Amino acid sequence: MTAILVAAGLNKSFGAVTAANDINIAVERDSVVGLIGSNGAGKTTFINMVTGYLKPTTGTISFEGRDITALAPRQITRLGICRSFQIPQLFNSMSVAENLLVGVGIMASAGSDWIAAGRQTGNPGEAVDAILDQFNLGGYRDRQAGLLPEGTRKLLDIALAMVVQPRILLLDEPTSGVSADEKFELMDMVMKAVRETGVTVLFVEHDMEIVERYTDRVLAFYEGRIIADGAPATVLDAAEVRRYIIGEQR
Amino acid sequence: MNQLLVVVFDALTYSAWLFIIAVGLTLIYGVMKILNIAHGSLYALGAFSAVSLSSWWLAHGYPPMGTYAMLALAALLVGLIAGPLIERGLLQFLYEKDEVVLVLVTYALFLILEDLMKLVWGVDPLLLYEPYQLLGSIEIGGIGYQSFDLVLIAVAVLVGIGLAWVLNRTRSGKLLKAVIHDREMSAALGINVKFTYFLTFTVGAILAAVGGALTAPKISVVTGIGAEVIVLAFAVVVIGGLGSMGGAALGAIIVGLVRTIAVHYLPEVEVFSIYFVMAVVLIVRPKGLFSGAEVRRI
Amino acid sequence: MKLDRTSVALLAVGAVLIAVGPVLPKWGVSLLNVSLCYGIVVLGMMLMMRTGLVSFGHGLYYCIGAYAGGLLDHYLKLPDMLLMVAGGALSAAVVATILGFLLAKYRDIFFAMLSLAFSMILYGLLTKSASLGSTDGFNVAAKSIAGVAVNGEGRQFAAYALTVALAAVCALLLNLYLRSHRGRLAEAIRDNELRVEYMGASVRNIVHLHYIMAATFAGIGGAMMSINIGHIDPEMTYWPQSGEFVFIGILSGTGSVFAPMLGALLFETIRSFAYEYSPNTWQMVLGITMLIVIVFLPGGLWSLFRQRRAP
Repeated sequence: MTAILVAAGLNKSFGAVTAANDINIAVERDSVVGLIGSNGAGKTTFINMVTGYLKPTTGTISFEGRDITALAPRQITRLGICRSFQIPQLFNSMSVAENLLVGVGIMASAGSDWIAAGRQTGNPGEAVDAILDQFNLGGYRDRQAGLLPEGTRKLLDIALAMVVQPRILLLDEPTSGVSADEKFELMDMVMKAVRETGVTVLFVEHDMEIVERYTDRVLAFYEGRIIADGAPATVLDAAEVRRYIIGEQR
Repeated sequence: MNQLLVVVFDALTYSAWLFIIAVGLTLIYGVMKILNIAHGSLYALGAFSAVSLSSWWLAHGYPPMGTYAMLALAALLVGLIAGPLIERGLLQFLYEKDEVVLVLVTYALFLILEDLMKLVWGVDPLLLYEPYQLLGSIEIGGIGYQSFDLVLIAVAVLVGIGLAWVLNRTRSGKLLKAVIHDREMSAALGINVKFTYFLTFTVGAILAAVGGALTAPKISVVTGIGAEVIVLAFAVVVIGGLGSMGGAALGAIIVGLVRTIAVHYLPEVEVFSIYFVMAVVLIVRPKGLFSGAEVRRI
Repeated sequence: MKLDRTSVALLAVGAVLIAVGPVLPKWGVSLLNVSLCYGIVVLGMMLMMRTGLVSFGHGLYYCIGAYAGGLLDHYLKLPDMLLMVAGGALSAAVVATILGFLLAKYRDIFFAMLSLAFSMILYGLLTKSASLGSTDGFNVAAKSIAGVAVNGEGRQFAAYALTVALAAVCALLLNLYLRSHRGRLAEAIRDNELRVEYMGASVRNIVHLHYIMAATFAGIGGAMMSINIGHIDPEMTYWPQSGEFVFIGILSGTGSVFAPMLGALLFETIRSFAYEYSPNTWQMVLGITMLIVIVFLPGGLWSLFRQRRAP
């Protein structure tokens, strides 16, 4: 197994607050990694650094052997790392299909191919239909994204990350705001889509049931550090994790 | 040396005038997030009303000194009538709209008020020189200064101090600052945001009209003065930082200095220089000189 | 290439307007001339508005286009309509390319204000340029089209036909662009810039591109207007002129490339009639129209034509 994503010696501080303290991670290709930790432990900061929204104070991040530490979010996205958001980031005035079409358009033009970008898109095309099917969004095809129920917004947010065909998908609290009976359905759908396309997944999650069921590795964050790293059963059972993370949440 | 004193005095006078107008504009923006183009019309309304009231006063043979009271009365009347009328009659229904759409609403209002003034006062220039000449001039160090200009500077200083005092020392001022800082939170804490808006807009309207009334004796009052002044006031508040009172003062001084120096030494670049400074400030400090940083969380 | 309905309609309307040109009354021709020139400028406003940006200084490019054309006549003695329009378009595009590097970072009110500052800088320069007629500007007289000398009625028809053709072609090009992958990103940027960046496109580059396109339309409109009116002055870059463009943009809505043309036509019609019958209240009529549109038709007049999206 080879590491697809390597973070080495990441540090990030905002003034006096340390959000990342010597983070070292090597993520294997095709693995599903859960990031757990209480609020402010540094999980989202980690995702923000990997996707280029924040630059680490020191340390490097490499993707498939290439140093991406200094790249802008759009460059990192184009290399193949995409993310979802805690608060869904949609094109609210457009229909669900049009939302996805934006991604299809960007893919077709590779972001910078001006000639491809000039081509017509009169027919939303098969790529959109495929994603709609994959995420079971067909019924919402022509609904305005701004008016969707929260669970569907969450799903569309993840679909928007998938539409640009990433090789690493970072999900920031995919099931927050999703009702208890919908959350497994949502995760099943996402994991199925991910397995079909061979994507490595890292996701931030507070729900330990979800973490236990879907990940094959868990990283536990506490005050900017990783305090446990390993198989879900081991990590969730570790004394420090129980005390600092699970204890605080249950 | 004398030339320099003249330039400084001119600059101060011009800055004072700019400040009175711009501070109202920035106050309204700070509280209500409306960049009010109609502020220029309120200024013009103040000027026209000042001419009318003063002329009426003089025509009746009352003592000329009373024209100063007429200037003040004109400003108050315009502010107290037009301000509430605009805020209650129109703006209050549109607060939900986008910031840029609100600018257009005030632009529409500007167009309407421009023609309203044409209907009332005609299109010929009106003159009112008595208040300007009446006070005569003061000679300091061999140079004569128009006393009226000193009054203008004094009014600007008083307006500045008054606003600063209200904002920092009084309860309602502190509440106002809370609204400026966070509209939703203030409403949640029980501050009457609706009344705050009403009050702010009225005070802003009075300030615009004061600016107009104090200018009326210095210029020929004619349609179009509102269009000229509003874009200058934009330059001032943008340089200082939208919504900042201190910024308005600093912006007024910068624009006043730049413009006066240009007029005295290189008249060709008068208008150019003001907007050049505005562009440079926006490029170097996009949110103006007095502005805090904002960080978006995702 | 297969054309969509809007494109076909544009070509058809353009052809019909040119064909009926010779029999149109004089006032009709001049109304259309002015409206379509404004319409071309507002096509650019529409593209910017779709991208979520409103410029309060678009008169800058309208003025640059007009002066570039005027200078070709005045100094280079090349009073050819096509050359003047090309010169106007090119000058506007070059200036927008440079200023765009600065402006593409700005949004909302700050974008509006910086573009206002740029337009007022040009205003300040022109009003003090004695060689260009200062505040009075100067007269422009195009004397040929594509090298063929024209005068009198022929000149008038040539200018009219060129105006219609330019309006149709500009609208057609914008329509094709808006239907392309990249054109669709305009609304995506307006809705959510963050997501566009996280899908791998550069918001800044696209805003810059749209700014240049909008400026080019304004340059073409300005140059053509100077040919039609025969006079140019610094008022073309004074802020109320830019305000008018924003006004027509809001009035029209951004639903179709036809909207700016119809919006401009309505604007000019209101203005001409109001000006004819009541010269001191035409602005009031415009102001009230604008308030009505903002309050009751937030999507502009075009939203009247468009069917509501199925729920």
